Amino acid sequence: MSKRSNDNITWDTFSEGLWRDNPVFVMLLGMCPVLAVTNSAINALAMGLATTFVLLASGALISLLRHSIPKQVRIATYIVIIATFVTIVDYAIQAISLDLYNALGAFIQLIVANCMILGRAEAYASRNRPLKSLTNALGMGAGFTIALLCLGVVREVLGAGSLFGIDLFGPRFEPWVVMILPAGGFIVLGAWLLLFEWLKQRKERLELEAAAETR
Amino acid sequence: MTESLSFIFLNAVLANNFVLALFLGLCPFLGVSGKLDTAIPMGLATMFVMLVSSVCAYLINIVLVTFEIEFLRLIAYIAVIASAVQLVEMALKKLSPALFRSLGIFLPLITTNCAILGLALFQTFKEYNFTQSLVYAIGAGIGFILAIVLMAGLREKLELSTMPSITQGAAVSLMLGGLLSLSFMGFAGLGG
Repeated sequence: MSKRSNDNITWDTFSEGLWRDNPVFVMLLGMCPVLAVTNSAINALAMGLATTFVLLASGALISLLRHSIPKQVRIATYIVIIATFVTIVDYAIQAISLDLYNALGAFIQLIVANCMILGRAEAYASRNRPLKSLTNALGMGAGFTIALLCLGVVREVLGAGSLFGIDLFGPRFEPWVVMILPAGGFIVLGAWLLLFEWLKQRKERLELEAAAETR
Repeated sequence: MTESLSFIFLNAVLANNFVLALFLGLCPFLGVSGKLDTAIPMGLATMFVMLVSSVCAYLINIVLVTFEIEFLRLIAYIAVIASAVQLVEMALKKLSPALFRSLGIFLPLITTNCAILGLALFQTFKEYNFTQSLVYAIGAGIGFILAIVLMAGLREKLELSTMPSITQGAAVSLMLGGLLSLSFMGFAGLGG
């Protein structure tokens, strides 16, 4: 047991990535896969899980090795570790479902260049104990997956009239093709950010009013 | 593969623009597109690294295929890109300190630009030969410059106009990206 207080694993260690520092909606990291593979909910889920696995595995390994990695070559070391796990995921998905592999295309391999993973390795895993890094990586991964699902669900429902491949509106629904296209990705993410910003400002305004009333 | 060079070039610049159609390199596209002064050097530096890593990736792939160790491709590529960026950084520092200072922090960030890794992977998947790879890299680089400069121009104009407070920040950049992407769809049938 360590005596330092910052070694404690709290709910905050996990929930940080879920909401307050959500990698997609708040930090705007790892945008490329977010927009590219979210044209259907199932792709979004698969991508989210794959990224979570890489986050967890690389976070644990880097955290274990954090005292033996020299400072000067740490970025290169992190990238090689991340690339190793991405290769594992790449071959695993190819073995599990070839359809999914074809749908996600090169974006599984591009998880390597996802700045969120490198950012977590540098900012968190290299400074904290393995268990704490794992908890945090799990939260970040969950936040990332939820964000991907938010986009994937909206884009699939509007753009194809279905959810997880199940038809929702019947044959008379005219799909909004633009949502499936690249432009839709930009616009839907922009709309989510607008919604969150509006909620945030509304909350601040309400708090101000409440404070004014109690005074 | 029998694709002509002009087709590869147009395809990379317009029809399958790396940023607006393939969603590669979004971090610098959103992060560095605030001003034209920074967008243009960033675009040029990215294009240069694309060229270097495209050539390196082509050579590495030959080695990997000869020894049948393709599963090391990803690790080899990313290591090469990281060293290429480091090399460019050191060369610039010696040759042109002024340019080095103006690029500053953007240079190391190119390593995590997925457009470059994407380029190396795509040219391998499409089995391009050496000339085709080179043309593809130049096209992708010009496409990236085009997208980031267009975006920077739009955002500079937008700063002068009044907007509701909730749209300030990333949201409106994404909306702009969506509109740019829509207009680039007009090129979809080009060359193909």
